[in-house]
Amino acid sequence: MSSPVVMFVGNPNTGKSTLFNALTGSLVQTSNFTGTTVGTSGADFELEGFGTVTAVDLPGTYSLAARSPEERVAIDAVLGRSKRGAPELLLVIVDAPRLERSLYLTLQLLELKVPMVVAVNLMDEARSVGRVPDTDALQRLLGVPVVPIVARSGEGLDDLSQAISAQLHNPAPVPGAPHAWSQALATDADEVGAALVGELRHLADADPDRARALGMWALLSAEDGAGELALDPAVPAAITASVRMRARQSGRDLTAEIVGERFAWIDARTPMLFRGQPDTGDTWSDRLDRVVMHPIAGLVVFTLIMSLVFQALFAWSDPLISLIDDGFSALGDVVRGPFAGTIAGDLLADGIIGGVGAILVFVPQIALLFAFLAVLEDCGYLARAAQLMDRLLRAAGLPGKAFVPLLSGFACAVPAIMATRTMPRFRDRLLTMMVVPLTSCSARLPVYALIIAAVFPPSIDGWPLPLRPTVLFAMYLFSTAVTVLAAVVLGRLILDEPPSSALIELPPYRWPHWPTVGRTVRARVGDFIREAGGIILVATIVLWGLLYFPRYEPQDVLEPAVVAAAVERGDDLAQLAQPIALERSYGGRLGKAIEPVIAPLGFDWQMGVGLIGAFAAREVFVSTMGVVYGIGDDVDEESLDLRQKIAAAKRPDGTPVYTPLVGMSLMVFFALAMQCTSTLAVLRKETGGWAWPSFIFAYMTGLAWVAAFIVYQCGIFLGFG
Amino acid sequence: MTLDSLQVGAKARITAVHGEGSFRRRLMELGLLPGTEVERTGQAPLGDPLSFRVRGAVLALRRSDAATIEVAA
Repeated sequence: MSSPVVMFVGNPNTGKSTLFNALTGSLVQTSNFTGTTVGTSGADFELEGFGTVTAVDLPGTYSLAARSPEERVAIDAVLGRSKRGAPELLLVIVDAPRLERSLYLTLQLLELKVPMVVAVNLMDEARSVGRVPDTDALQRLLGVPVVPIVARSGEGLDDLSQAISAQLHNPAPVPGAPHAWSQALATDADEVGAALVGELRHLADADPDRARALGMWALLSAEDGAGELALDPAVPAAITASVRMRARQSGRDLTAEIVGERFAWIDARTPMLFRGQPDTGDTWSDRLDRVVMHPIAGLVVFTLIMSLVFQALFAWSDPLISLIDDGFSALGDVVRGPFAGTIAGDLLADGIIGGVGAILVFVPQIALLFAFLAVLEDCGYLARAAQLMDRLLRAAGLPGKAFVPLLSGFACAVPAIMATRTMPRFRDRLLTMMVVPLTSCSARLPVYALIIAAVFPPSIDGWPLPLRPTVLFAMYLFSTAVTVLAAVVLGRLILDEPPSSALIELPPYRWPHWPTVGRTVRARVGDFIREAGGIILVATIVLWGLLYFPRYEPQDVLEPAVVAAAVERGDDLAQLAQPIALERSYGGRLGKAIEPVIAPLGFDWQMGVGLIGAFAAREVFVSTMGVVYGIGDDVDEESLDLRQKIAAAKRPDGTPVYTPLVGMSLMVFFALAMQCTSTLAVLRKETGGWAWPSFIFAYMTGLAWVAAFIVYQCGIFLGFG
Repeated sequence: MTLDSLQVGAKARITAVHGEGSFRRRLMELGLLPGTEVERTGQAPLGDPLSFRVRGAVLALRRSDAATIEVAA
């Protein structure tokens, strides 16, 4: 028999995840539970006095009413419409200082008669404001076990475990809703509920109270004038719509009635649930908000915090990334040692070990970004930053929360795309994921640096500033402008849904809960390695193979006279043969094959090979060009040799290959093209399939081609060739 | 008078929630109902959204959305 499922349900910011960690232990393996795009994590743990229990942490919600797929996760899970079936027990986490609002969700759950234990969390915060709920009175009122707790400190957790264990051993009958509906509403809900019973047979089991509760849920989930009910066919949309229509015609407002009757019951009872007089003075959270929300101080705080995050992603992670890079290339050489010169040795060293390095190289940035995000979210600042940025991002059709992923994109799109998980709405996540790869990530920097140094003079007449930094700055400006524009256009064309509202709760400031932060970081890093690692490894090996096969001996590709001369001088034959072997490799042939496509952009086949190599990671362009120009792959963008080779490269007619115009065209292409298999791998994981990554690849690469074409052809026309 | 014109530090009672669709439903489910007391606590540094205290929680609402809520002092 499988272990019983306990689902954690509650409002956002009530310490639900903290409690989840505290009860299940922070080292337990978490996994995706429902398989939906909205993450739900599950974990098996040993409950004292019972045995193994599966805990499932549902996304925080204020209500069970559902319109969007995100909102549906909670109701589907509670009703057992996922594969696993109905949970054995709900653990409802309510927020002691904001008890009235939490009780709204609790009432909805009670109406459905699902077995539950209620945990009143944040009792310490309630004590500090002097408004402490009487949990015994609440237990009598609701008719289900109620346990006061402080999840952070562990207070009350033993009592809670006992209560859960007792309910699992001996499920008590659920009393149902403690409140009575008005006659008119009850009639309406019963009419819809009767139609639902057939569809939800396993649940409604002819219980009239539960059927009525489902009717209320359907009526609340379908608003007037908002088009079709975007739910399962299980909801009889026609009946729901006709009941709502009838109510409207007789001047009734069903939404206000259903919500209002629940709150009326809560408001009538809360005065007797509290002991002590509330302290009406400002809390320290209010005082801190006066600084954080101040027009000037608030912007300074925001800039400082975001600079710190960006600095960490860009600079702090750098030594670790270099260490991983160098470590894996050294490890590759050691492993290659015994098999030097064999295909197996090169595959092992450059393909497999190189591929594992290509996965792990993302870990420092992912870990740092998620550590920052978890801390900022936990202490309450993330909601304030989202509120601040709402005004600016609204114009681009994005919510304020899109700011962190967009900023992170300038370091690396991989952690940035994973960071879109903080956005509750899938439409907003998708739009952000579509444009994040356009932000100028740090892998583009070596490419820009190489091209700018090779083709642009340090200064020109008529421009007072040094030219090269100006061009680099212009590239960053360009990528930022395109990112915003793409969000506006794609938002209108593809994801034309009502703009997201800025209904953000600003939780009181709290100290971050470190075990939760640590667990978030471990979970995200694990997710990335598990779900994107395989694809990155395969892509690295495939690209390695493309540029490696077929094999040639130096004697096969070099003229005998050249070989003789080289042997006499003591030159490295293998390195001398490398450019020709690369030209004849599958990748080289591919570069030549795509030459007609890239020629209108001003590119030749050598650049084509570089572009193919860049699909492993953009910065690989630099080392591929090193091989193309016969100076080996051990070069970087600072390499003078490579810069000179590029500046001196000639077309068959003797004109230079790399004019400033070609350089511009190439940089514009790099700025816009989706040349990163790791980003595609993460997009697949976060969108749950290849459809969106394919679209993003197509639109970005198409955009890159068109933009580079315009730059090059207009430049030629204007005489800059 | 509508909620967006409430001064910082001032309190008022909601008399009606206009607006439509799921946004209006969400407002109500957060406890913004006729008769509920609301206090304006401030705004974002750029002047919008505004923040309000409702039933012990602080919520951020855009000016245009706050304008759909009628209040009386």
